[in-house]
Amino acid sequence: MKKYIAFFRLRFSMGLQYRAAAFAGIITQFAWAFMELMMFRAFYRADAASFPMTFQATSAYVWMQQAFLTLFMAWMMENEIFDLIVNGNISYELCRPVNIYNMWFSRSLANRLSKAVLRCLPILLAAAFLPAPYGLMLPASPLAFLLFLFTLFAGVGVTVAFCMLVYMLSFFTISPAGIRIVAVSMVEFLSGATIPLPFFPEKVRAVLELLPFASMQNVPLRIYSGDLSGAAAERALLLQLFWLFALIGIGRLLDAFAMRKVTIQGG
Amino acid sequence: MITMQHVCKTYKVSKRDAGFSSALKALFHKEYEYIHALDDVSFTINDGEMVGYIGPNGAGKSSTIKILSGILTPEEGTCLVNGLIPWKNRIEYVKNIGVVFGQRTQLWWDVPILDSFELLKEIYRIDDVRYRRNLYQLSDMLQLSDLLKTPARQLSLGQRMRCEIAASLLHDPKLLFLDEPTIGLDAVSKLAVRDFILQLNREKKTTVLLTTHDMQDIEALTNRIILIGKGAILLDGKLEDIKNGSDSSEEALADFYRSHDL
Repeated sequence: MKKYIAFFRLRFSMGLQYRAAAFAGIITQFAWAFMELMMFRAFYRADAASFPMTFQATSAYVWMQQAFLTLFMAWMMENEIFDLIVNGNISYELCRPVNIYNMWFSRSLANRLSKAVLRCLPILLAAAFLPAPYGLMLPASPLAFLLFLFTLFAGVGVTVAFCMLVYMLSFFTISPAGIRIVAVSMVEFLSGATIPLPFFPEKVRAVLELLPFASMQNVPLRIYSGDLSGAAAERALLLQLFWLFALIGIGRLLDAFAMRKVTIQGG
Repeated sequence: MITMQHVCKTYKVSKRDAGFSSALKALFHKEYEYIHALDDVSFTINDGEMVGYIGPNGAGKSSTIKILSGILTPEEGTCLVNGLIPWKNRIEYVKNIGVVFGQRTQLWWDVPILDSFELLKEIYRIDDVRYRRNLYQLSDMLQLSDLLKTPARQLSLGQRMRCEIAASLLHDPKLLFLDEPTIGLDAVSKLAVRDFILQLNREKKTTVLLTTHDMQDIEALTNRIILIGKGAILLDGKLEDIKNGSDSSEEALADFYRSHDL
């Protein structure tokens, strides 16, 4: 366990040094959040009653999503891992007494967390000072906040476990680009990154909410904005845990299979 | 002790003619060829020995190193290293070996060398005392003290290679596999690396298996050479065996390759 914490630490401290990237990220995320809110405002003005979430809840959803963008964005996969697999530097990883799956899991997690730590505070602060209903309100209750924190971590876990599947699958293809594009677009659309899941038609939504993608950002963001509470929130949390363990299980199977089949090309 | 017996490894290589039409054809029907990278390879290396493993490009040197490092699984044959089979229970096995791949890097690109070393300390569970002693010794012998706080990306190739070698030895491996450790190095760095390997073998009795194309490496470091060509072992003995009194071992080796049609 200690060695995987060491991986986490190194990746985390490495992530903290990219200050310019974080600054640029914050600016982008502000611009993006404003654009999104303007768009939603136009829709809500037309007919607020026909939307499943209040405008305030949607604002909170958008701000939280932008503040913790790096935790959940599927495209934020680690290029270094793909490089290792494509150019064969993986040989070094393989002659270490470590489990490849655990090692990459901890470094991906660290990568996302370190980026989020650098970016979330300015965005959260600024959003908190915006007037209602455009800003970020406090969560409904302390319990809701705790539940938010817990599901936030579970959601990151599901996201990382999903990305791990993509890393593992790239052992079996010449180039990882294809799988990556498919996986990223699927997550973007089905996880509520483009539009929140409640905005989908009822029947589609019923199916989407069962998929692993709904266990990523959808649950914590909706719990914070108050759209998801009580028994529904508990059910969502259980489903998150189910997907977390299921995805890790599948990833480990793929890992074991890849390790038996792997050939490093080029001397 | 390393024993390899009748080891075979085959690669499946996709082949097609150049050009657009054959690329289209390959969409529907791929042709493969089977390359015998290793064909019935057997040898034994005793503890504390330093062996040069040489052969032309594509002879199977790297494949052998990869099998011995537990990365590749051969189709046939047995291989025992200090009583363990490398590819069975990889994690247990690799604790006791050190590997340097001259053409690859194990250092984290954007952080100081010391951070990479400390990660290795945790990975191999090296205790503090041993870590500090080894780090001190290695940075003394390889002259690393000025480099350790620099990120890997800002080091020259020679500086980085010295750090790579140190990184592979922090955990006191009994066995060291060096795959072209002097590739691309200038004269000074080459000599430093050679001296270091000699000293390591003399003082710590580390078993060293070394692949290289640099005959001076071989002359400086090893008494015994194993020569491999087209996946089979052609010679297991001394460099003098191929030299036949000729001065230049480079030319003698080239003659040997030619006479064996390699």
